[in-house]
Amino acid sequence: MTERTERRDTGASGTSTDVWDASELELEGATMSQEGMEIPLPSPGGDDESGPTPELARAALAQGGTASQWRLVWRRFRRHKVAFVALWVVLAIYLIMAFAEVLAPSTATAQDPDYAYAPPQALHIYHPSEGLGLYVHDFTVTQNPETFANEFEIDTDSYIPVGFFVSGEPYEMWGLFPMDVHLIGPEDPDRPFYLWGADRAGRDSLSRILYGSRVSLSIGLVGVAISLVLGIALGGISGYYGGKPDTLIQRIIEFLMAIPTLPLWLALSAAIPASWGPLARYFAITAILSVIGWTGMARQVRGKFLSLRTEDFITAATLDGCSRPRIIFRHMVPSFSSHVIASLTMAVPGMILAETSLSFLGLGLQAPAVSWGVLLQDAQNIRTIETAPWLLLPGLAIFITVLAMNFVGDGLRDAADPYK
Amino acid sequence: MGKYTLRRIGLMVITLVAISFVTFWIIQLPPGDYVSTLVAQAESRGQVITPEQMAALRVRYGLDDPFLVQYWNWISNIVFHGDFGQSFAYNRPVSTLIWDRVALSFFLSVSTLLFVWAVAFPVGIYSAVKQYSPGDYIATFFGFVGMAIPEFLLALVFLWLGVRYFDQSAGGLFSPEYVDAAWNLGKVLDLASHLWLPILIIGISGTAGLIRVTRANLLDELYKPYVITARAKGLSEWKLLVKYPVRMSLSPFFSTVGWLLPGLISGETIISIVLSLPTTGPLLFGGVLSQDMYLVGSFILILSALTVVGTLLSDLALAWWDPRIRRRYQES
Amino acid sequence: MLQTPTSDQTTSRRLDPDAPPVLQLTGLRTEFQLEDGVVTAVDGVDLTIRRGETLAVVGESGCGKSVMARSILQLVDRPGRIVGGQVWVPRPASTEVERARGRSRRRRRRRETPAETTVAPEGMVGLIGADPAIIRAVRGKRIAMVFQEPMTSLSAVHRVGDQITEAIQLHAPMPKDVARERAIDLLRRVGIAAPEKRVDAYPFELSGGMRQRVMIAMALSCDPELLIADEPTTALDVTTQAQILELLASLRDERGMAIMLITHDLGVAAQLADSVAVMYLGNVVERGDLAEIFRSPRHPYTRALLRSIPKLGQGRDIRLAPVRGMVPHPFARPSGCPFHDRCDSFQPGRCDTAPPPLIRDDQGHEVRCVLYEEDK
Ligand SMILES: Nc1ncnc2c1ncn2[C@@H]1O[C@H](COP(=O)(O)OP(=O)(O)O)[C@@H](O)[C@H]1O
Ligand code: SF4
Ligand SMILES: [Mg+2]
Repeated sequence: MTERTERRDTGASGTSTDVWDASELELEGATMSQEGMEIPLPSPGGDDESGPTPELARAALAQGGTASQWRLVWRRFRRHKVAFVALWVVLAIYLIMAFAEVLAPSTATAQDPDYAYAPPQALHIYHPSEGLGLYVHDFTVTQNPETFANEFEIDTDSYIPVGFFVSGEPYEMWGLFPMDVHLIGPEDPDRPFYLWGADRAGRDSLSRILYGSRVSLSIGLVGVAISLVLGIALGGISGYYGGKPDTLIQRIIEFLMAIPTLPLWLALSAAIPASWGPLARYFAITAILSVIGWTGMARQVRGKFLSLRTEDFITAATLDGCSRPRIIFRHMVPSFSSHVIASLTMAVPGMILAETSLSFLGLGLQAPAVSWGVLLQDAQNIRTIETAPWLLLPGLAIFITVLAMNFVGDGLRDAADPYK
Repeated sequence: MGKYTLRRIGLMVITLVAISFVTFWIIQLPPGDYVSTLVAQAESRGQVITPEQMAALRVRYGLDDPFLVQYWNWISNIVFHGDFGQSFAYNRPVSTLIWDRVALSFFLSVSTLLFVWAVAFPVGIYSAVKQYSPGDYIATFFGFVGMAIPEFLLALVFLWLGVRYFDQSAGGLFSPEYVDAAWNLGKVLDLASHLWLPILIIGISGTAGLIRVTRANLLDELYKPYVITARAKGLSEWKLLVKYPVRMSLSPFFSTVGWLLPGLISGETIISIVLSLPTTGPLLFGGVLSQDMYLVGSFILILSALTVVGTLLSDLALAWWDPRIRRRYQES
Repeated sequence: MLQTPTSDQTTSRRLDPDAPPVLQLTGLRTEFQLEDGVVTAVDGVDLTIRRGETLAVVGESGCGKSVMARSILQLVDRPGRIVGGQVWVPRPASTEVERARGRSRRRRRRRETPAETTVAPEGMVGLIGADPAIIRAVRGKRIAMVFQEPMTSLSAVHRVGDQITEAIQLHAPMPKDVARERAIDLLRRVGIAAPEKRVDAYPFELSGGMRQRVMIAMALSCDPELLIADEPTTALDVTTQAQILELLASLRDERGMAIMLITHDLGVAAQLADSVAVMYLGNVVERGDLAEIFRSPRHPYTRALLRSIPKLGQGRDIRLAPVRGMVPHPFARPSGCPFHDRCDSFQPGRCDTAPPPLIRDDQGHEVRCVLYEEDK
């Protein structure tokens, strides 16, 4: 299995063969010393023009010069149009997450059973009699005598004016400041306003999705952070020292990777005591996800260490008598941090998907907590989807987030490793 | 090679033992044990179990024995008698519940694996050879989309579409008339006609991932010096492509089984729950909800073992395929 | 191991100056379109190699030797593109072309290409823009190549014998066992011990030197008229290097093929070549007989190069004088003479305005430098 591993590693991070040897004309009998190797630079000081050729990128790496390396990566990243757009999308998503309370027209818990499964209302701009201005129509609600379900009819005669920064449902901003301002909402807080429909308790889907982003997005970050620490530590040991520690860690990784993740998650989450509160559960789930997540990161780091170990500048540092930790942290870590960031970006969506799957099955976070997975739990039943297909909308949020993150990660990887 | 195979099988056994330990640990993980579950069940029926009875039961089931002894009892029953313990929820031996389902799960996963290969490989090659062509962009875009949709969401959407527009349920693996029928040609055909949708859904993210892997692998190989050497011989581009880079890029392809299979089994589990397929998924899920740990543990053990065996087979296939790997095996 | 060329080496071979050319490059230009700009790696190279001639192409790393060599058989890596000039080779027999066309009989009609706009020299065909079948008929059969990296230039998953027989059978259909016998003969000829066994070896079971021998055997398998050897010894240790050079020399004498030997090592050039072409930044700046060039180098760049060769008996501690300055960045090509920013004889206003003319003396010694203009 080791063989398989290594092959995969080199596949992911193999250094390209050196077609550009930067050594000057080598004359027979004249022994070229290392310091005689010169790398052509365009013009001293013109560093923002640097990076057109691999030599330069390599030179930047070799100097361990993080600043110029980051500039290179950034320049190449910007050229990757889709990834660049996706980056803005991701930033926007995290901003939305941060200000979810204000952005949401309502709160995650405010409910109105009269409007259970109310369909989405269209937001209109121009009213024939009232003139320009945002508004929605009200519903006429009738109860089906057989099923007792509410049936909604748009009442085109009604007029619910909608405004910006209206006061509505009270909430606590970041759990600290009591507020009631909402970016958008009905001017009369008692009128219905369900842009993305309502769930079975008449709660506003849009607000719940916005609130749900808190858990869904942060669990990705926290989980990846844990994976990162584990992965870098173990992958670093494995790749730098090789030998016995390497073999042991590789075996553990292989072992963890051999177990189908979902059944394992299921089993582990089954073991979480039902009595635990939401916060404890949150961390337990994160920990469970990270147990598996770190292996991929560790492999990446190990592969990178293995290929870096043989590169000249590391050898040079070793010969210079630098200590091991110093070599690792001063020279090796900076030179692959861009790769690590790229794979982190790729790992976050995996975590988000995993949390969503678990919560969807009812094994992750549980009901009073809102996350996208928890919200999708409402859509588990085909009857429900039939009556209220908008309950699938959290899926759209997941899709957009994961897609954008994957694009960013891919662009970052390309930018960090252009020789592929 | 023979020696290597033996060694690999030895390693596999060690891995399996490790897996069995973890499984048993998981089985023991939830608070409470078999007897407390029995007591709870009895109480719910209105019976009362005295502490003495409880103690007797604990002795009988060896629940106060050290972990290793309990582990040994459990695993030796599995290995020597095929006895996976008792399911609390069904009050039946686990072994009577699972095998049909494991077989279907296995069948579904392997079919999906073949599907994934059949699609991802040609598309990946095309994408690499025609890099930056419209086809490549489409494949790449599909790859990203496929990786961004959670499988269960896709299943839900298909369910909804099926009910809404085709007025038929996408769930299940058999039409009602075949569910309890004995196996015959009709049942097989019926199965096949129900199977494509789960295969498609389960396979989509694997396909997307594998397209990208294949494309990247081939792009890595396409411009290697040995390809130029072959071209310099005067080979035609098509022959060249098939004989050299494609062949080389197939090596990682074999090794993908190792990560594809666990992924497919995970996907299969959740899809089966959503589409209520009679595979391991729903049973495992039910077991987890009711903390029916022997049932859960058995599934984990069996699914992991299947994965490990699958990985071993793929590694051996890889050695057969790639002389470099074979050689490394011979050396080690 | 270095010697400046000794007279016996250069006089032992007499070349027929009127022998027909096996390769003629006219104004060959190859560019790399990179994200940040265009690198003109080969910038208008004219070169002729006659039958049996050994031409050494020398120059610093990065001056475009490899790109030039690969352009000949259109093997340039992406994003390289041949943007001008022509590669003339003797027209291959139509049977060979048809064979190379293989089963795909679709004869692709090509649009107007440079090949048709310039007049072909007698009996030659231009490869740039030619029918792919013609190019394939030339590759391996008429012109074979040996590359610098013996480690990666062979496919690791095919037996070396199969890689050689593939080349043999491609251009001369014959039963597999006959081809195999020939492969064994070739391996024996290039000095591989126990060729019957090695023929079934995988490349990774061979040492670097042996792999390079295999590469040479493969290149020789179809009796090419011209062997292009791109730094064939650079990746090898000194002893192996000498053996490979000797092997090349003896093969050349035995088969009468021409060799284009690409090297950044003047010592290697001196050992094998009849004539030398000196490249600088994608230009051939000087070309002439080996002895001529070593005896009386003309171009300031060649002179600087030769100055930097250690002389026999020179003390070890004397530091060599390398060429002053650094190779300019590929995007920052100096105007006029590309060498002018490093040249000791630089004449402002003259060297940096227009490309210097090609000056040719009666012996065929060519140089691209204003110092040798008639009126000077
Ligand atoms: N694949 C490539 N991509 C971009 N530029 C290249 C590539 N190959 C060669 N070059 C450029 O062409 C120039 C000549 O390279 P090369 O012919 O390999 O030099 P050498 O004389 O050492 O063989 C180099 O300066 C390099 O910038
Ligand atoms: S042309 Fe001028 S700059 Fe160029 S080599 Fe001759 S003297 Fe030097
Ligand atoms: Mg070169």
